[in-house]
Amino acid sequence: MPAHPPASSPAADRSAEVDAVVQRAIATHAAEPGGLLPLLHAIQDALGWLPPDALPKVASALNLSRAEVHGVISFYHDFRTSPPGRRVVKICRAESCQAMGSDALVKHACSTLGMELGTTRPDGAFTLEPVYCLGNCALSPSIMVDGALHGWVTRQRFDALMDEVPEVE
Amino acid sequence: MTTVVYVPRDAAARSLGADGVARAIAAEAARLGIDVRVVRNGSRGMLWMEPLVEVETEAGRVAYGPVARADVASLFAAGFLNGGEHPLRQGLTAQLPWLAGQDRLVFSRVGVIDPLSLADWRAHGGGAGLVAALGMSPAAIVDAVTQSGLRGRGGAGFPTGIKWKTVLDTPAAQKYIVCNADEGDSGTYSDRMLMEGDPYTLLEGMVIAGLAVGATKGYIYLRSEYPDCERVLLAALENARAGGLLGASVYGSGSAFDIVLRRGAGAYVCGEETALLESLEGKRGEVRFRPPVPAQVGLFGMPTALNNVVTLGSIPAILAEGPAAYQARGVGRSRGTLPFQLAGNIRHGGLVEVPFGVSLKTLIYEYGGGTASGRPLRAVQVGGPLGAFLPADALDIPLDYEAFVDRGAIVGHGGVVVFDDTVDMAKMARYAMEFCAVESCGKCTPCRIGSTRGVEVIDRILQGERRPQQVALLRDLCDTMTSASLCALGGMTAWPVLSALEHFPEDFGLGRPDHRTARSEGGT
Ligand SMILES: Cc1cc2nc3c(=O)[nH]c(=O)nc-3n(C[C@H](O)[C@H](O)[C@H](O)COP(=O)(O)O)c2cc1C
Ligand code: SF4
Ligand code: FES
Repeated sequence: MPAHPPASSPAADRSAEVDAVVQRAIATHAAEPGGLLPLLHAIQDALGWLPPDALPKVASALNLSRAEVHGVISFYHDFRTSPPGRRVVKICRAESCQAMGSDALVKHACSTLGMELGTTRPDGAFTLEPVYCLGNCALSPSIMVDGALHGWVTRQRFDALMDEVPEVE
Repeated sequence: MTTVVYVPRDAAARSLGADGVARAIAAEAARLGIDVRVVRNGSRGMLWMEPLVEVETEAGRVAYGPVARADVASLFAAGFLNGGEHPLRQGLTAQLPWLAGQDRLVFSRVGVIDPLSLADWRAHGGGAGLVAALGMSPAAIVDAVTQSGLRGRGGAGFPTGIKWKTVLDTPAAQKYIVCNADEGDSGTYSDRMLMEGDPYTLLEGMVIAGLAVGATKGYIYLRSEYPDCERVLLAALENARAGGLLGASVYGSGSAFDIVLRRGAGAYVCGEETALLESLEGKRGEVRFRPPVPAQVGLFGMPTALNNVVTLGSIPAILAEGPAAYQARGVGRSRGTLPFQLAGNIRHGGLVEVPFGVSLKTLIYEYGGGTASGRPLRAVQVGGPLGAFLPADALDIPLDYEAFVDRGAIVGHGGVVVFDDTVDMAKMARYAMEFCAVESCGKCTPCRIGSTRGVEVIDRILQGERRPQQVALLRDLCDTMTSASLCALGGMTAWPVLSALEHFPEDFGLGRPDHRTARSEGGT
């Protein structure tokens, strides 16, 4: 058991965690020339998204306005301003995967998971997103599940992957 | 005696379960008390046969594939460690038809070595180009690259030697080498395979570029969709520093060079060189006006040699073997080799490195084995999302930058995406516009707004609403986008759209009633 006094609430814990992550990311990347992207990645790698309370700190550490930081975050598809689902599923929709039926795979995914492409399910179980090429075009259609690439994904394989308990590294 | 078994760590091989196979082989060997060393190599490029397991035998490396975890016990039982017979046995790797016909120059070590072993890399000729370059003046290195005829492999095909000369001739306190590893084109994965299978060769190419133009610092801008690749590169950079390939005194020469790895954030346009530089500077990835070119005013305002992964990966071989050997390969003004990538609806998808001049037909049928579905091929898109669609009767075209441009097409990064006769080409045209709308950096109106209009116009064509007028409108829109866009994203989206319209009008509900396709017959 941690030696902390039992006073901390979950919200305070979370805010302390965000703070620690942001401080660490700033310490590592703020001095780097053009370090905003690595800094944002470091925060998102640790927390899964970019919580709004992190941004003022990032902006002041880099001597940028909040609007500038927001402008960068909104430009890039990768950066999340709301928490992702417990599992993040990306389905490739680019040409090579289309040639091998990725449209049908998207439809299948939406109907079996009960959600739209580009959303997070209200129960927080899944985020389902389009992606434009995973560099696995010889083995189309391809998907990425929690950072792991899968090729030649049939509907059956998709269902099996969704049922699988994620491997602990 | 230890037997060496190779199981690729390439992301494509892993996407078909290579990790599980590697673990199963190690576990079975341990269970049987056999001394086996599993090496995680790059991929040989026969991606349809992954996981392709190789065993080192006295006769040479013997290939088995595609291996599933469930095959491992039977492979041991069949004595595969001695090259034993098994239904999955493909023969000696070096004699496999896929590899025997290739001219592996840039990919000579990919799939052969342990990608992270510097000793393995050196034993297979790694570093020879750098050693040669260290004995040359910067101008002599640039000359050699110019003489080789190497042109940029990222898409535009600009002569690399000329770009480097500009950087060399622009005096500055700091210059940069930037490697474009954004590889956003659908149908392409050669950058990824080189970086995962032979990362030191890319680093070597960047060091040589630094010596040539007088830069001491490099950046690799890697797309975020490649997490496996990122892990390999991070480890390779660390080893390269420890091994003296990078650092304050490269190979003890007194010349400094170091490289920073940066991750993109999911924006196709950041593959465009000036958008990439903006992104490296920590900004929105918006395209810059030119001139000045990045070779003069690039990263942080400094002269910058920005090149594609395969361009930089070609440099070591050019310096090691001399520019003449490189220049002797290829046709016309397309010199050397290109690692072509077969993708889409293709039976045998994978990487084929051959000199320019090979025909699309040879690549698709002799290497690729035709469509995966077994149905007739209907269209091919070469060069990524901005490349034109070619119809099935145009496949005699040789892979050569100029021959493609003459046909209104591009070689680009060498990706070949095959479609069978179930493809709906109007849908592909619509997708091209949609992709442009999703990925536009927003700087120019024709690209930002025009692409969204394009989607709407194609939708109206498909609904049969005043079709001739809508088609004329689509052509106008394409004209405007082509002539008034700042970069090729807006400027070339018309190519796939108009080529689809030209070669496959029936898919847009227009003319050509004699041309019957599976779709119109099937009525879907
Ligand atoms: C929209 C767009 C996307 C591009 N994407 C890439 C890419 O992913 N990788 C790449 O090397 N070049 C890409 N390019 C080409 C680069 O702008 C640039 O020409 C190239 O990286 C220069 O290197 P090279 O001369 O070695 O080819 C792209 C260009 C445009 C217009
Ligand atoms: S053409 Fe499109 S992507 Fe290129 S600069 Fe203009 S708006 Fe940006
Ligand atoms: S197009 Fe889907 S992986 Fe490349």
